[in-house]
Amino acid sequence: MELCNRSACDLAEMLKKREVSSREITESVFKRIDEKEDTINAYITTTRETALKQAGLADKKFQNGKRTPLLNGIPIAIKDILCTQGIRTTCGSNILSNFIPTYTATAVKKVLQAGAVLIGKTNMDEFAMGSSTENSAFGPTRNPVNTEHVPGGSSGGSAAAVSGGETILAIGTDTGGSIRLPSAYCGVAGIKPTYGRVSRYGLIAYASSLDQIGALGRTTEDCAMLLNVICGHDGLDSTSAQVKKPDFRRSLNKGIKGLKVGLPREYFVEGIDTRVEDQIMKAVKVLGKNGADIIDISLPHTKYAISAYYLIATAEASSNLARYDGVKYGFRSNHDLPDSVRMYEETRSEGFGKEVKRRIMLGTYALSAGYYDAYYLKAQKARALIKEDFDKAFEKVDCMITPVSPCLPFKLGEKMADPLQMYLVDIYTVSLNLTGLPGMSVNCGTVNGLPVGLQIIGKAFDEEMVLRVGHAYEKIGGSNA
Amino acid sequence: MEYDIIICFETHVELKTETKLFCDCLVRYEAPPNSQICPVCTGQPGALPVLNKKAVEYAVRAGLALNCTINRESRFARKNYFYPDLPKGYQISQFERPFCEDGYLEITGDDGKPYVVGIKRIHLEEDAGKLVHSSGSLEASEYSLVDYNRSSVPLLEIVADHERNPLRSIKEARTYLEKLKQILKYIEISDCMLEKGQFRCDVNISIRPKGSKSLGNRAEIKNMSSFRFITEALEYEIKRQSELIESGRRVPQETRLFDEEKKITRPMRSKEDAPDYRYFPDPDLIEVEIDQEFLQGIEDSVPELPDQKLDHLIKNFGIPRHDAIILTREKKVSDFFEKCALHCNDRRRLSHWITKDLFKLLNDSSLTIEECQIRPKDFSQLINLTDRGDITDSIGRTVLYEMFRTGKNPETIIEAKGLKPIQDVDLLDKILDEVIGENPDAVSKIKQGITKPIDFLVGQVMKKTRGKAPAKKVRELVQKKLVK
Repeated sequence: MELCNRSACDLAEMLKKREVSSREITESVFKRIDEKEDTINAYITTTRETALKQAGLADKKFQNGKRTPLLNGIPIAIKDILCTQGIRTTCGSNILSNFIPTYTATAVKKVLQAGAVLIGKTNMDEFAMGSSTENSAFGPTRNPVNTEHVPGGSSGGSAAAVSGGETILAIGTDTGGSIRLPSAYCGVAGIKPTYGRVSRYGLIAYASSLDQIGALGRTTEDCAMLLNVICGHDGLDSTSAQVKKPDFRRSLNKGIKGLKVGLPREYFVEGIDTRVEDQIMKAVKVLGKNGADIIDISLPHTKYAISAYYLIATAEASSNLARYDGVKYGFRSNHDLPDSVRMYEETRSEGFGKEVKRRIMLGTYALSAGYYDAYYLKAQKARALIKEDFDKAFEKVDCMITPVSPCLPFKLGEKMADPLQMYLVDIYTVSLNLTGLPGMSVNCGTVNGLPVGLQIIGKAFDEEMVLRVGHAYEKIGGSNA
Repeated sequence: MEYDIIICFETHVELKTETKLFCDCLVRYEAPPNSQICPVCTGQPGALPVLNKKAVEYAVRAGLALNCTINRESRFARKNYFYPDLPKGYQISQFERPFCEDGYLEITGDDGKPYVVGIKRIHLEEDAGKLVHSSGSLEASEYSLVDYNRSSVPLLEIVADHERNPLRSIKEARTYLEKLKQILKYIEISDCMLEKGQFRCDVNISIRPKGSKSLGNRAEIKNMSSFRFITEALEYEIKRQSELIESGRRVPQETRLFDEEKKITRPMRSKEDAPDYRYFPDPDLIEVEIDQEFLQGIEDSVPELPDQKLDHLIKNFGIPRHDAIILTREKKVSDFFEKCALHCNDRRRLSHWITKDLFKLLNDSSLTIEECQIRPKDFSQLINLTDRGDITDSIGRTVLYEMFRTGKNPETIIEAKGLKPIQDVDLLDKILDEVIGENPDAVSKIKQGITKPIDFLVGQVMKKTRGKAPAKKVRELVQKKLVK
C-alpha cells in the first residue's frame, strides 16, 4: 500500500519503529497531490516547502530518540477556515482572497506543536455555507470516489483529501453537518465533538453557537488520535468547556456488547432514499448481532430542526460577516467610490458569493425589529425543545444511530439551482449542532459505488462512546458484513 | 408661556481598567496610534472576546453607588451597524438584562430640597476606535485614518429615567452631572476627564406648557463632551422648542447634533430613520453570573460616598460645613484629610490648613493633591506643632511651603532652616526682660490688671526672636512676671 493511503495510526507505529521517515510520507502525499489535484481540487493552498521542512524536523526528533507525540511527522490538512499565521486563509471567499492572518488558531497551534506536518489549506463552501463544496470562490472540489459527484460540504476539501490520499489526517469544521456529510460522501471517518470540546479561537465564524472544529481520518482510531490533540479548554474562547480530557483511544476497544443503541423513528420517514435506508438498517442489524441492544426511540421535534437551524445560523452569520467591509483587511472594491457606504456596498456585493449573500439577507431579516420574535426567538424555542427531546431519549440509550444524509452523493450542479433541496441534505445532521451533541460518520458500505455514512450520536462530552461504537463497527467489518 | 422642562441623560463613562473589555491590550490614551491592538480588538477573522472581570466589578460598583438592583444573571448582546471605527461591524453591548437596573441619584433640587433622579439602567459595552479625518468629517475628507487603540475600551452607559423624576431645569441638569461625576470618581472606576472623552453625554430634552400632563416629543442631542456645551445646547433647545409650540407647530421627535461654533443644534435623523440595530445575545460570550461572594466583595469595596462622608465630617469631626464640602468634593482630598486626622488632635485646625493653606499652594502650582509630595503623617505633625504652639502659624506656613517644595518632613526643615523654637528658659527670660524694659507703658497697664497688652509683649518677644520663641511659653513667662 502506498504510504499516502495508510492510516495515521499505522504510520505513527512505522515512524516510531523508524521503518519510514516523515519525509517519505510527506513526499508520497505530495506525489498524490501532483497526480490528482487538477481533478479533485481539494486544496486552496498547499504548503510544500514548509511541509518538507516540518517533516525534516519531525524526523530529527525521531533520530534524537526523544519521546514524541503520536502526531509527530504525520501529514495533516487544515480547512481554510482556520487562521494560520503567515499562510493565506481565504474561507473559500473572494473577500478574503488576499488575507494573511497575523495569528494561528488554537487547534492548529496544537497539532503543529505535536509535530504534525501541514500539507495545506483545504477547499470549502464559502464561509462554510453549503453542503457540496460547490460554493467556493476557488472552484468546486470533486469526490475522489467518483469525480462526477460532489464530496459533500462544507469541509469537502478536507474529506476529499483524506479519501484520495492527498493527506493522512484533516481538520474540518461542522456547523450543520459540515464534517459528517463530506466524511459520509467520501467514505472516510469524521467526528464533530461536543460544542465547547475544541477551542473555536481562530475559527472564522459562520454561526458561533453552532460552529465546532473536528477531525477527519481514514479510521475512527485516526479521528480519536487527532481529537486527543486538538481538544481541551482554551482561555481565549469563552465558550470552551472546562471538562476533563480523556484519552479517546483508550476506550476504543471496549466493544458494544450490552450497549443500548437508539434508533430515532423520525429519522426514517418519507424523503430518505430507500437505498440509503437499507444500508443503514443492515448496519443496525450488524450491531444488534454483535450484542448491542437496539431500542426504538422518538425525537418528536425533529421536524423543526432544519427551519430552526437556518434561522439561527443565518442570523448569527449576518452579524459575524459584518466585519468584512473593506476597511481593515481583505478585498476592497476598486470602483471609484464616492463615500464609505458605497464602499461597503460594492465591496460586499463583489466580495461575497451568491449563497453567502442569500444567508446574510435571511439572517438580517430574521433579526429585524418586528420579526425577531417570530423568527429568531421562535427558532431558539424550537432549539430548546429539540434539546429536551435528546435529553429525554438519552435517559434510555447510550448512543443513537441514524443516517448522515437522506441521499447518496449527488452530481455536481444537481442541486445548485434549488437552495431548498440543498438545505434538506442537512436534515439528519443539524440537530446535533442545535443541541451541541457529539456525532460522527463512519462508512457503512456503498450503493452503486457511492459511499453511505452511518451517524453515531452520543451524550454531551461522551465522544468516547461515539468513537467506541464507530471503532467496533469498523472492526466487525460492518461495511462488508 | 411658561413651560415644564424635562431633561434626561445617557452618560458614557470610560472605565479605568488596566486592560480592555475583551482582550489583554492595555488601555492607554497617550500611546501612538494602533500600538495597543490585537486580533480581538481589531475584529480579525476568528478572534473571540473574553470578558474582563474587573470591568464587571466596576459596573456593579457603579450600580451599588447609584442604588440599583444588580441582575444576578446578565448577558451581552450585539448591536449591529456599519461604521469604519467599528471593526467587527457590531458593538458588544447589553440589551436585555444589563448588569444594573432601577436605581437613583439624589441631588439638591433648585428649590433646595432633595430630589431623587431615576436611573433606568447601567450597562457595560465596548468603545469604538477613533477616526482621524484628513479634513473635518468623514464625508468631507479625501481619506480618513482609523486608530483602534480605543477600540474595546470598557464603557459604562448610565441611562437616566424619562419617567421617574427627570431633571427640571438646566441648573438641575448641571447639578446631576456634577454629582454623577463626583460619585464615579469617588468609587474610583473612572477619571471622568471630559476633555479626554472619558465622560460623554447624550441628552434628551422636551418641554410642555406648565400644568399640561402629556409629554411632548423630545429631541436627543448626541455626544456632548463639555458641561458648557450641554448648557448651551439645552438653552438653544428650550428656545427652539418653545418657539415651535408658540407658533402652533409640533416638535418632531428626532436626534440632533450640537454645532459648537454656532451654538445651535441641527437635525441629524428623524425617529423614522432611527437605525434598526438588530440586537441579539452575543453567542461568543456566555451568560455572566454574579454570585453572592462576588457581589459581597464589591459591596465591601464601595467606599463611603460623598454625602455620607460629608455627614461624617460634620457630625463626628466637628468640621464646619463649608470646609467639609470642599474636603469631600474629591475622594483623594477626603482620603488625605482622613489619613492626617488619624494623627491630629485638632481636626478643625487640620481642615482649615488643608482647605486654605495647602489648597492655595496646590492652586498656585496647578497640582492635584495626589501629585503633591507631602505625606499625610508629616502634614499632621506640622498641624500638631502649630497646635501645641511649638511653632507659630507663620513659621508653620514657611515650613509647609518647604514641605510642599521638597517633600521633607517638618522636623528636618525646622532643623535645617534654623527655625527651631528657643527652649532655653533663661534666654527667653533675658529677652523678655529687655522687652519689659523697653515698654514701660504696657507693663504698667498689665500690672493694673488690663490683660490686653500681654499679647503685645508676646508679639515683641516674637519679633526679637524672629518667631522662634514658643508663644505659649512666653505668655506663661509674662504672666508669671507681671500678673500676680
